[in-house]
Amino acid sequence: MTLLESITGSLRRISFLFRKEVLAILKDPAIRVILIVPIVIQSLVFGYAATYDLNHVRYAVLNESRGAASTNLLARLEGSKVFVRAATLRNSSDIARAIDNGEALLVLHFAPDFDAKLASTGSAPVQLILDGRNSTTANMAAGHLSTLIGQFNASLPNAVRPPVNIEIRAWFNPNLESRWNIVPALIASLSMIQTLLLAALSVAREREQGTFDQLLVTPLRPMEILIGKASPAITIGLVQASLVFCVALFWFRIPFQGSLVVLYVGLVAFTTACVGIGLSISALSLNMHQAMVYAFVLIMPLILLSGLVTPVGNMPTALQILTYADPLRFAIDLVRRVYLEGAGWQDVGMDFVPMLVIAAITLPVAAWLFRNRLT
Amino acid sequence: MTTTALTVDAKDVVKRFKGAVGGPALNGITLSIPKGQLTALVGPDGAGKTTLIRLIAGLMKPDSGSLYTLGIDVAAKPQEVQDLISYMPQRFGLYEDLSVMENLNLYADLHGVPMDERRERFDRMLSMTDMAAFTNRLAGNLSGGMKQKLGLACTLVRSPRLLLLDEPTVGVDPLSRRELWRIVQQLVEEEGLPVIVSTAYMDEAERCKHVIVMTEGQVLAQGTPDELCRPAKGRCFVAYPREGELARTLQARLIDDKRHVLDAVPESGAVRFIQAGGTEPRDLEGILLGARCEATPSRLEDGVMTLLRERATQDGHEDAVETKNSSVQLDTKDPIELIKVRDLVRQFGSFTAVASTSFSVRRGEIFGLLGPNGAGKTTTFRMLCGLLPATSGFLEVAGFNLRTARAPARARIGYVSQKFALYGNLSVTENLTFFGGAYGLGRQELYAQVERALDEFQLREKKDERSGELPGGFKQRLAMATALIHRPEILFLDEPTSGIDPLARRAFWRRITTLAAEGTTIIVTTHFMEEAEYCDRIVIQDAGRLLAIGTPHEVRSQASGAANMNEAFLEIIKKARESRQTGFNAVEA
Amino acid sequence: MMQTQSTWLPRNLSHFWRRLRALTIKEFRQLIRDKSNLAIGIFLPIALILLFGYGLSLDIRNAPVAIVLEDGAPMARDVVAGLRGSDYIAPRYVTTMAEAEALMRGRQVDGIVRIPSDFSRQLAQGRGTVQLVVHGTDAATAASLRGYVSAAIDGWNKRRADSAGRVSAAPGVELVDRLWFNSANSSTWYLVPGLIVLIMTLVGGFLTSMVIAREWERGTMEALFVTPVRSLEILLAKIIPYFAVGMGGLTLCLVAARGLFHVPLHGSLWVLMVSSMLYLMVALSLGLLISAAARNQFLASQVAVIITFLPALMLSGFLFDLHNVPTGIQKVASILPATYYVELARMSFLAGDNLNLIVRDWTILIVQFAVLITGARLRTKKTLDR
Repeated sequence: MTLLESITGSLRRISFLFRKEVLAILKDPAIRVILIVPIVIQSLVFGYAATYDLNHVRYAVLNESRGAASTNLLARLEGSKVFVRAATLRNSSDIARAIDNGEALLVLHFAPDFDAKLASTGSAPVQLILDGRNSTTANMAAGHLSTLIGQFNASLPNAVRPPVNIEIRAWFNPNLESRWNIVPALIASLSMIQTLLLAALSVAREREQGTFDQLLVTPLRPMEILIGKASPAITIGLVQASLVFCVALFWFRIPFQGSLVVLYVGLVAFTTACVGIGLSISALSLNMHQAMVYAFVLIMPLILLSGLVTPVGNMPTALQILTYADPLRFAIDLVRRVYLEGAGWQDVGMDFVPMLVIAAITLPVAAWLFRNRLT
Repeated sequence: MTTTALTVDAKDVVKRFKGAVGGPALNGITLSIPKGQLTALVGPDGAGKTTLIRLIAGLMKPDSGSLYTLGIDVAAKPQEVQDLISYMPQRFGLYEDLSVMENLNLYADLHGVPMDERRERFDRMLSMTDMAAFTNRLAGNLSGGMKQKLGLACTLVRSPRLLLLDEPTVGVDPLSRRELWRIVQQLVEEEGLPVIVSTAYMDEAERCKHVIVMTEGQVLAQGTPDELCRPAKGRCFVAYPREGELARTLQARLIDDKRHVLDAVPESGAVRFIQAGGTEPRDLEGILLGARCEATPSRLEDGVMTLLRERATQDGHEDAVETKNSSVQLDTKDPIELIKVRDLVRQFGSFTAVASTSFSVRRGEIFGLLGPNGAGKTTTFRMLCGLLPATSGFLEVAGFNLRTARAPARARIGYVSQKFALYGNLSVTENLTFFGGAYGLGRQELYAQVERALDEFQLREKKDERSGELPGGFKQRLAMATALIHRPEILFLDEPTSGIDPLARRAFWRRITTLAAEGTTIIVTTHFMEEAEYCDRIVIQDAGRLLAIGTPHEVRSQASGAANMNEAFLEIIKKARESRQTGFNAVEA
Repeated sequence: MMQTQSTWLPRNLSHFWRRLRALTIKEFRQLIRDKSNLAIGIFLPIALILLFGYGLSLDIRNAPVAIVLEDGAPMARDVVAGLRGSDYIAPRYVTTMAEAEALMRGRQVDGIVRIPSDFSRQLAQGRGTVQLVVHGTDAATAASLRGYVSAAIDGWNKRRADSAGRVSAAPGVELVDRLWFNSANSSTWYLVPGLIVLIMTLVGGFLTSMVIAREWERGTMEALFVTPVRSLEILLAKIIPYFAVGMGGLTLCLVAARGLFHVPLHGSLWVLMVSSMLYLMVALSLGLLISAAARNQFLASQVAVIITFLPALMLSGFLFDLHNVPTGIQKVASILPATYYVELARMSFLAGDNLNLIVRDWTILIVQFAVLITGARLRTKKTLDR
């Protein structure tokens, strides 16, 4: 048998296994639905929900001064679109209630002498009480408010232009919308979850149903089984990633700056790493329940360490080192940079290394385990 | 409320499954089962036995008709019935991660057996099932037969008013089967407990007072075993093959003559057959070819086979096996040894599953592996197929060690596992195509083989159905068709006939003998001892050791005075266990 | 009426308790014997506690910023000196803008502060400009960075005005802010209560999503059905052990929150415990409903991940403030039990008991539990008919 013949024979067998896997997954209408519909809904919902941006900050006002300046300042707040008045308070004992109930995120308190003091000394304090239960939002709201008040101050008749001004520009995301940050990251994260579960269950399910032995007595080599099992999962992962990509591009209209080739080669590397992890879990597990549980125990830290929800840069050094074992971290980095910054090969080249290393370890391990797992 | 003198009273019960193709699962069942007796339900796969039992247990509601269990309208008050009955489903729900005792206690608690009663009951159940020594073992670590016995024990933790058993002995070895039946019969005798049992074993049905033959959702006949023997009365014969002819060759000729012969099975070196009505002795001359023929009294199996065959002929659909090559007679003395096993050992931790086993199998042989559950048959099997490495010893299949040999060696074997192991949500054709492709068949060859398999195994009518939802007989044929799609040299069959009805078993063995005649080597395990008669040679294993090897005749004569293979088997196992026991005692002393 | 009821509600309570006890013991044994459950019951909570407590933070520290000093005048250096001392910013001095931009493209810095070459000249005329370029991809970091740099420059302006003694440059309105409930201004304080939600969701929704499906797949359901067991007993017996595991996880988290991270507990402990129990019951009944409806472990697991875990992470308000999201999404979030539990937990830890909130959220959780467990019960009818 020539080499060519053995390669074509091998490819043929793999193609049959591939077709079988796809059929076995997609024949069940419930599974077809669960692989397509939730990911679209999730990307829409999370695209809207996962935001650190301030919209609709509900505030309450206790205005004991009621002078022209305080009214003027409040009008600016109303006009900002960010702040929405939730309550107008009568006395200072109401402040606690408004915050405790979650009715308002912040309370602005103008003391009775506010207007008088401002008029006489040119300076007056306004008290701001913030609900710190979500300190990120609170800090951002405070920042926003201080900008507004700065503008207000500048408009005061005796205002002096400060000697140094800041001129701010934001690259890649001119309006600093956090959706631009989250949605591209979802392309990798959302597709990872189901892809990894699918791979983790694939062999475990065959073992539980007894079909794996039937597969092992065929001439399929472990590597062929591996490729035949991995490629459908990779394909499904890529389809899911593409769905999220479409939502990002056509629904949220986040402009795509990079090259599709770089993006997809990156996604292939990433999904392969995920499928490798999933298949290793699958080959190790005795049954579907175990495969599920182990997959999940891994998915949680993979997501949390990836920088999807909190920046990797904020983590302590030890943990940052640990994130090198997380393919999702690099996939998110790659997708964000290609998507938003238009990064090319040389920019994201290093992101490939950890993903490919993980794939290169997990895939052969899984293939070896297919035949050698102690039964 | 109707008379409570009846255990089950059914009138025109109809049950249809949503989305199912074909006729209803139960099509107008009218039955009355009197109190206090052992009743058997027999009939082919898909006859509706399991559905009927589930309806009686109140697990499903009939679409129409009335059904009273113990005088209670079971559709209206299922819980009342369930408080009174015990039911053992086909796949009994043992919790595999609980121990034997924990399983027993769980079911005793659920049934509300008081503590003082429990001790006595458990003692009895454990001694009856021979499990007193294993109370702390996890149910998942028991052998198939032990699981089945534990299932029965869990079902019987209390004295029910009615016991329902759905194929309680599928996959159970003759030894455990005998013990299970001893328990059931004891209960019937001592407690007057009514029992309804569905079974594929006719010798089991023969022990019952009342037998109901079902087919296609209807009752075909019912009566005592004696009454049901009647249709075959005077039509049963034993034919002794001529010198040098295999019993199975004669059997094949007989069973192929569907016009004149209703049934034929090899038995103790001879062939037992049933003549079709109106058959004259000279009609069979051309088949018997001078083989000596004697009349023999009919048994229940003969009666049921006659009923079923005649019914099938009426309906015009027969499970006809294509037997074009039946006349080809290969020299069974072909010297090529395709399988060589020497000093094979397999240990799991400290437990020895297979101890120093040696045998060899020649090309074209049918080689049977017999033994009780847990004897090491499946372990031996898995090593031969390359699914499990041997701890030590030499093993060669078709010139290769499958465990280490390259994949092409595996292309030369076919494997049918114990439980249905094809992709349940793929259709028949998809399964065949996948395995054909996995075995590397070329495009045209693959197409041709799939077409051939659809015809040869009568799968065409269901070719687009999900294989997981096929009736048992179809599943079994599909499993065979899949294992044979690449025309392997060696075919491994692990308990291929468990849970298969007698008609389908005949067809199955007819295929096997044809394959062997064409030169395929066949390794088979079975719990039907009479099926050993189809084999050229058999081995009997127990506790991992090889106890007997030889032709069926040789093995039978090893157990002096055994009338048939079943008795010979029981005798050989018993002797081996006794000598082992004395061996232990000697060591202890 | 009695007849249909009798199929699930036991007439005799002593039988009910006996069977429930037996089934519960069985579930406990199964739970303990599968080692993989330990992974989710013990390993994962500990890993998450450590991750959340020590690892994840939304608070920016040492964000790398390139500082381009194109103007070498001492005044220019003085402007950016304020950036050096802070914990938030790690300045990195470069000489040309091109160099800084390269760093930014390589994502080695999160922002660039540029002092243009004509800065001193412009400043002398009172028109000094400092340029800040932020890397916008991570909008939250960018916004914080903007805040820190602005504050530093403002501070410089003020000091300069003070030293010049120019009273006329009165600052106008001064913002005096106070952060309630989180005086340390640390995201750990609000992440840890969220962590409890994740763990409870895991144990409740995820582990249980397989348990009924498993009995169907392994054939044990049929054997159970023909015993006197009622479907309610089957469900309750599955809730109890996982409830215990969930409460164990809660205890672990509480000890960690107080002992390791010193998150204050302003409310009363019992309110927190009752809220947690209620939420756990809701999560458990949701898991059981998924399991009973799917009857198939593969499907059940996929559904469980999609409708329990991900929404609890992304939509419950534990990471992303629900106040910021559009109304439609708020409506979706308001269906989620996790949303109410996050609110309750934050209240207990950081704000202190608030009767209105407690009454409202508890009522909602109780109603959700009742609806879900009824659904699960209806899906576990003692019949093989579908």
